[in-house]
Amino acid sequence: MAPITKRLLGIGALVALSIFYLFPREQNIRERGEDGVMRDVRVTRVPLKRGLDLMGGMHLALELDQAKRVSTDVERDIDLALTVLRKRIDEFGVAEPVIQKSGGDRIVVELAGISDPARAKSIVQKSAFLEFRITDKTQALDNAMPAIDRALRGLGVQAGDGNRQAPSAVEQLLGTDSAAGDSSKVETGPAVLSALVAASGQLPGEYLVLESAYPRVDSMLSLPEVQQQLPRTVELRWANAPVSLGVESYRSLYALEDRPIITGTSLIDASAQLDPITNGPIVIFELNRSGARRFGAETGRHVGDHMAIVLDDFVQGQPPIIQSRIDARGQITLSNRSLQEAQDLALTLKAGSLPVPLKIVEERQVGPSLGRDSIRQGLTAGVVGTLLVIAIMVGYYRMAGVLAVAALGLYILFALGGLAMLEATLTLPGLAGLVLSVGIAVDANVLIFERIREELILGKTVRLAVDEGFKHAMSAIVDSNVSTVITALFLFQFGTGPVKGFAITLIMGIVASMITAIFVTRTFFLLWLQRRPALETLSI
Amino acid sequence: MVRFFAHARYDFIGVRRTAYIATAVVLGIGLIALVIRGVNYSVEFTGGTLVQISTTAPVDVGAVRAGLAKQGIHGAELQSFGSQLEYVIRARTAKEGSDADNTQETAAAIAAGLDVVLGTGTYTIDRTEAVGPKVGGELRQKALIAIFLSFFAVLLYLAFRFEWRFGLAAVVATAHDLATTIGFIAFMDLEVSLVVVAAILSMVGYSLNDTIIIFDRVRENLHKLKGKTLTEVLNQSINETLPRSILTHGTTLVTLGALAIFAGEVIRPFALVMFFSVFTATFSSIFIAAPVLLLIEDRWPGAAVKMLRAPVKGAGARKAQPVR
Repeated sequence: MAPITKRLLGIGALVALSIFYLFPREQNIRERGEDGVMRDVRVTRVPLKRGLDLMGGMHLALELDQAKRVSTDVERDIDLALTVLRKRIDEFGVAEPVIQKSGGDRIVVELAGISDPARAKSIVQKSAFLEFRITDKTQALDNAMPAIDRALRGLGVQAGDGNRQAPSAVEQLLGTDSAAGDSSKVETGPAVLSALVAASGQLPGEYLVLESAYPRVDSMLSLPEVQQQLPRTVELRWANAPVSLGVESYRSLYALEDRPIITGTSLIDASAQLDPITNGPIVIFELNRSGARRFGAETGRHVGDHMAIVLDDFVQGQPPIIQSRIDARGQITLSNRSLQEAQDLALTLKAGSLPVPLKIVEERQVGPSLGRDSIRQGLTAGVVGTLLVIAIMVGYYRMAGVLAVAALGLYILFALGGLAMLEATLTLPGLAGLVLSVGIAVDANVLIFERIREELILGKTVRLAVDEGFKHAMSAIVDSNVSTVITALFLFQFGTGPVKGFAITLIMGIVASMITAIFVTRTFFLLWLQRRPALETLSI
Repeated sequence: MVRFFAHARYDFIGVRRTAYIATAVVLGIGLIALVIRGVNYSVEFTGGTLVQISTTAPVDVGAVRAGLAKQGIHGAELQSFGSQLEYVIRARTAKEGSDADNTQETAAAIAAGLDVVLGTGTYTIDRTEAVGPKVGGELRQKALIAIFLSFFAVLLYLAFRFEWRFGLAAVVATAHDLATTIGFIAFMDLEVSLVVVAAILSMVGYSLNDTIIIFDRVRENLHKLKGKTLTEVLNQSINETLPRSILTHGTTLVTLGALAIFAGEVIRPFALVMFFSVFTATFSSIFIAAPVLLLIEDRWPGAAVKMLRAPVKGAGARKAQPVR
């Protein structure tokens, strides 16, 4: 076989390979249908992944929020959280989500093409820590109230004594006028907490606070001096939403037994429904066997008591009375909330709770229309840039320039094929890198052509000049490209999402440009010279 | 056959002193801009919250700023982004009363402020970036490490492929380009985002690339032109590679120009930085890399250079007219 045939076969193979990798293929995508049911959908598309910045979507970096709950083993908790998030997002239904660990203490979640970012964020962040607790019947808060008021006044003395070092939280609590008040006021001082909190009288352990006073009372209650006054067996929890009584809006505060009768870890299934009677959304749950046994025993013992459903430290709705023993199945009634919220709650409960709440340390979010604009702008720049490069090459190098442009066409095909093969993600900077690499890719051809011209000027024959030109240009091409690849590799190592996309297209572009310049253009030259063996001058 | 600079015989090395002055002026301007303006890091590096919106009508910038301040967000920057209907809001400091880590709360407060000032539904949020200060700090550190490590790796490669003298000269030239590019970024008051760091690292690659092309020719000519001085070899090598430089820089510049004009606001800083770096890379390959190589070879001559004709003392430096 003649060498030229071998070369043509080689190019044919590369072209075939690139087309193979770029050929539209069927993919399975898990999506939530109109009716809210998950199903696999088969779609046909070109297997070039678009980054979040091009197709719209959300990138989140999450860390354990140790301010809310301290983790004893970060590594383990991150792994647990990862599993929980995978399950949740799988249920949520996002096409090709990325959920991975980054470093030892961070989780990266990438959700492409989502329509409701706030909802996706809440599903990712929701701890979904579910507990059932009996409300306190011992009137522990009422009994502790005088002591709490005393403690608060005690703190007020410090704030009012002209002590500038007083904690600012206390100053905020007491308001500026009482903080600046004279010390005589302190002795007889106002009933600090008891004036703001009143028993509701509807069920044991339920108290009402004006919604406007809620933040103030909440910060009062979180003071360690106040916490000390409460018996160990009682914990206070707020209701998740205010209730309206007459013209005023109130927030319920519950005193609950410290020991939950059961937690969400015993849960094996949960689903959202509409209550046939009230038409409000409810979540039906089912417990595993040991959980059901315990739940049955506890509820049997507490018939007539009220049971608070505590989700992520907030009481959901008014605690219902336990009318009889409950076993494996139960329901949570959600007042004033949509069916979608009930579905999301069921989803997170089923996927399990997060060991430690997560906080978002980085968020990047791009709307789908911006992504489409970016693609359009990137393509426009690419087309204009490529046309200008073609004009320069053909204008300057004539026939040889035409060969280089033909090689450039193959270069673009190879670069895209290579990106598809590596399953690289095409981002906006990546698109820019691709456009830029078109300008740089012709460098190898320029080096070769200039060398051939020099050899021709030295008086060598056309054939010899071409051979020498390719031979001598080689070392410059290799050395310069390797150094660019080295910097691109560091960029790849350092970069996040979009910049990684840039680095990978740059590297792919360099590899493809070396292949086309050294191999493809050479073959084109050989073909050209073969057809006109007697060529005396070269159109270069 | 069109050929630019086909038989150029410029005495580049001879005018290197003038070039030093030019570069000192450029670096000085950059340094002054850097000292006065400082580095304008994007929220990716400082931590903070960025919200890009598109509106149905041009907004009153002052009103939006006041509205944001009412939500506890002070010192937020509001800029139009490409058109009168697109804006970017940058809040580098957190919402009043929330800790710096809580960029989420800041983003929510910005949305609340916009709802009040512009009205719900009259604008859409196209892009949000909320980066905690810890992540930003890590990123800044990683960017610096990446730039320095890539320098070092390239030095090693060049030392291996050429010899350490060439490698050192190439790295000095690239360091020069890095300095002028940073000066350019400060002078133009461009925001240093991830994309700009990507441009800086690409610039490092491009600048080295250009130096290597000339050094490759020097390496070849050292063996060919035994009867000449190093200054002559350097001059000839630069002149021989001139046509290539014009062509390659030309095609690179047109693609960068297309990117700057058509590829949108996110890519524009990248294209501008790269556009500038093409010029500084070309300059430094000729006027920094080659003279530095001359200096190094003067102190510690390599084997190939020892074979050349020794220069007449001080002759190369004074000749300012083209060599015949």
